[in-house]
This record gives sequence, C-alpha cells and structure tokens, in this order.
Amino acid sequence: MQFGKKERETVLDPLFNNNPIALQVLGICSALAVTTKMETALVMSLAVTAVTMCSSLVVSLLRNNIPPSIRIIVQLSVIATFVILTDQILKAYLFEISKQLSVFVGLIITNCIVMGRAEGYAMQNGPYMSALDGFGNGVGYSLVLMAVAFFRELFGSGSLFGVTILNPVTSGGWYTTNGLMVLAPGAFFLIGFFIWAIRTWKPEQLEDN
Amino acid sequence: MKQFSTTYTYIFSLVLCLVCSILLSVAAVGLKDRQVANEQLDKQKSVLMACRMIKAGERVTPDKVREMFGSITPKVIDLLTDTYAEGVDPETFKEKDSPLLPPMDNAAGLSEISQYAQIFQVKKEGKVDRVVLPISGKGLWGTLYGYLAVASDGNTICGITYYSHKETPGLGGEVDNPMWKSYWPDRKIYDADGNVAIRVIKGAAESPESDPYSVNGLSGATITSRGVSNMLQFWLGEEGFGPYLKKLREDGSV
Repeated sequence: MQFGKKERETVLDPLFNNNPIALQVLGICSALAVTTKMETALVMSLAVTAVTMCSSLVVSLLRNNIPPSIRIIVQLSVIATFVILTDQILKAYLFEISKQLSVFVGLIITNCIVMGRAEGYAMQNGPYMSALDGFGNGVGYSLVLMAVAFFRELFGSGSLFGVTILNPVTSGGWYTTNGLMVLAPGAFFLIGFFIWAIRTWKPEQLEDN
Repeated sequence: MKQFSTTYTYIFSLVLCLVCSILLSVAAVGLKDRQVANEQLDKQKSVLMACRMIKAGERVTPDKVREMFGSITPKVIDLLTDTYAEGVDPETFKEKDSPLLPPMDNAAGLSEISQYAQIFQVKKEGKVDRVVLPISGKGLWGTLYGYLAVASDGNTICGITYYSHKETPGLGGEVDNPMWKSYWPDRKIYDADGNVAIRVIKGAAESPESDPYSVNGLSGATITSRGVSNMLQFWLGEEGFGPYLKKLREDGSV
C-alpha cells in the first residue's frame, strides 16, 4: 500500500476541484438540515465520512462478484448496514447529539454522495483507492458542512460549538440574532456563496452556456 | 462483462442479506444496554431540570444524576379516576404499556393520550415538596414533550423543561433557552376561580408578583408559544392533572 501522487489526488480532489456539494451539488438536503449548530454538523460529517469510506471499501471488494442486475440494491444494502450501525453507535455513545441529529443519520442512506461514490467509483476501482476516494469525498462534504455551520451558528445563535461569542438578546446580551440563518433558506444562500467563491477561484468549474 | 446465472444472483443476495442482518443484530443487541441506560438517564435529567435540582447548562455526571434521583418517588396517575393507578408499578412503568383514553378534542392537539401518566414527587422531610408532571402538545412542526414542576401548594410553578421537540432552532427551539425557562418559576397556574390562567403572552410579562399568570412569549415563534399555552391549558385542566393538583392543594399528604 503506497501513498503517492495519484492517491493524494484521489483524497484532495473532492475538497475543492471536485467537491460533492459545491460542484456536483449532491447531499444538499442534509447540508440544510444539520448545519444550525457546529457540533451536530461535525458529528454528521464524521458519520457521512465513515459511511462513505466503509461502503466504498466493501462495494469495491465485492465489485467483481456483484451481479449487474441487482448492483444498485446490493450497494444500498451495504450502505444501509453501515448507516444503521453508525446510528446505533451514536445512540449508545453520543446520546445528546444523536437526539439532535434524529432522523438525519438514518437519511445518510439516501445521501447521493454515498451512492454516487459506490456506483461511480468503487465499482470500477480497487479497495484501497475506493476507500481513499470515499474518505476524500466525505471530507469534501464535511468541509462545506462545517463552513455553512460556522456562519449559521455564529450569526444565527451567536455561538460556536455552543460557546457564546456574540451574546444574544434572548440571553440578556446585545446581539440580535439573524433569523434567516437558523432557517433552511439561510443555508441555501451560504451554499450559493460557497459555490460562487469556489468558481471564482477555479473558473474551470463554470458551466458552459 | 462476466455473466451471472439467476441462481447465483439469488444466492448472492441471500448471503448478503444474511451477513448484513447478522452484523446489525449483533450490534443492536450489544449496544442495547447502553442505549436504554442513556434514555433513562436523559429522562431523569429532564425531571431534575424541571424542578431545578440541576441548573440549566450545568454538566452533571451520570452517577450524580442517579444519586439525586434517589430522593424522587415516581407515581402513576390514572387520568380517568384521578387517583393513583392500581396494579401498576411506578418504578417500572412504561408509557407504551398504558391503555389509551377515549379520543377527545383537546387543547394540546394530541391524537392519543395515555390513561396512565407517570409523575414524580420530590420529598422533603417526608412531605411532598414539589411534583413534576409530564406535559406534551403540538407545536409548529411536531409534538413537544416536557416536564412541568409544581410546588406543593398545587399552584406555584417551580420550573419547566422540554426534552424532545422539533421546533425551529433559534425560534421555537428557544423553549430550551435557560433565559426563557427562568421566566417560569413563581408564576401561578390557577386564578381565584380555579381556572387555568397561566399562558405565554406576546411580548414581555411583568414580574411574577404583579403579573403571575403570564410568561414572556418566544419572539418569532407565535405558534410554538401558543402550543405551550394550549398544552398547559389541557394538562393542568380538568381532563389532565387539575383534579390531582386540587387534591394536593387541599391535602398536602397525597
């Protein structure tokens, strides 16, 4: 097992060059739902990264033995297994956070990024590269999630990771919280800005008109 | 491309399903004890928070919670007869085992109400000092579940807490805000005629002395605020814990 240029690219490409949220615009639903607080966004990021990595690895190991006629359902079964496992572990060890994430951990099953990597990459590549690819895409997703959560929590609740930075009026402080940030549309705007920033930096990502 | 026979496809899917389900069963069974303990602890913590034995934002160890909970006696009330339910062990009571009340229109907007409700008594020197009552009702996005602590006079509120809700964080979700919860203590539930008078108003309420029946509204969350008022109207009224609190008021020894 080596970690050369190709491997590095597989991991780093999904961060900015081929970000699953910013370029492929996948996994938006959970990016809106769990980003009101950084803590929940972080746990969600870790969960998605773990699931993407593990499922890509397993799908890749099985790739030569999966009958093509049922390959999608096989991928789904593998993904669902890891998602339920993650959910159970969170409930046992991070109960408070799993309460806040509620249904969204279960919904990782339907996250297009996980499916997309399994079908689009792991079915054609070896287990080591597939795991790296899954990890990279998970981190790419996490990056956007954390960035969005940073702004939403700071301006929506005046805190970061639950630590008060801007003391909000509702707790007797001075900062009037921004209601748009705590609602889902706020995340849409932020993701829009994020995509804009990346495409300004890397103009090759612009779509042809 | 490799060709796969139909038999192979069936066997492959069967084996995959078996492997996945065995893996998950092992995990579910292995982690169950911890999960149940977590849920139990979470509930105990909410009860302690409602009667302000744990301060908002205070971090307490699981052992401390269990120790504090030792001074609390659970009781199960039958909402039909308004007495303690017979033949039900309050310690091991589970709400899902309770029969349901006949469907009725209720202010809380609940479609199902259990006949038995588990309440908690905090005792001091052998006498009931505070009671913690479960409350639930519709908010904006879903049902809010929480606890309301009432003093032994059956009228003065000690505290409120919600342990499960789906309200918008930052708006209706502010029912979790310690600042908002601090508006509740010392407010009164019943007016001179014995009607449930406590409600969440729009804007700010005066001090508990001059304005005992009003609590500050949650700004930007009118429907959640109304939901809180409505569920108190129901749970503290005749159909809910009203008769029990009346008994507590008249005869502190219940």
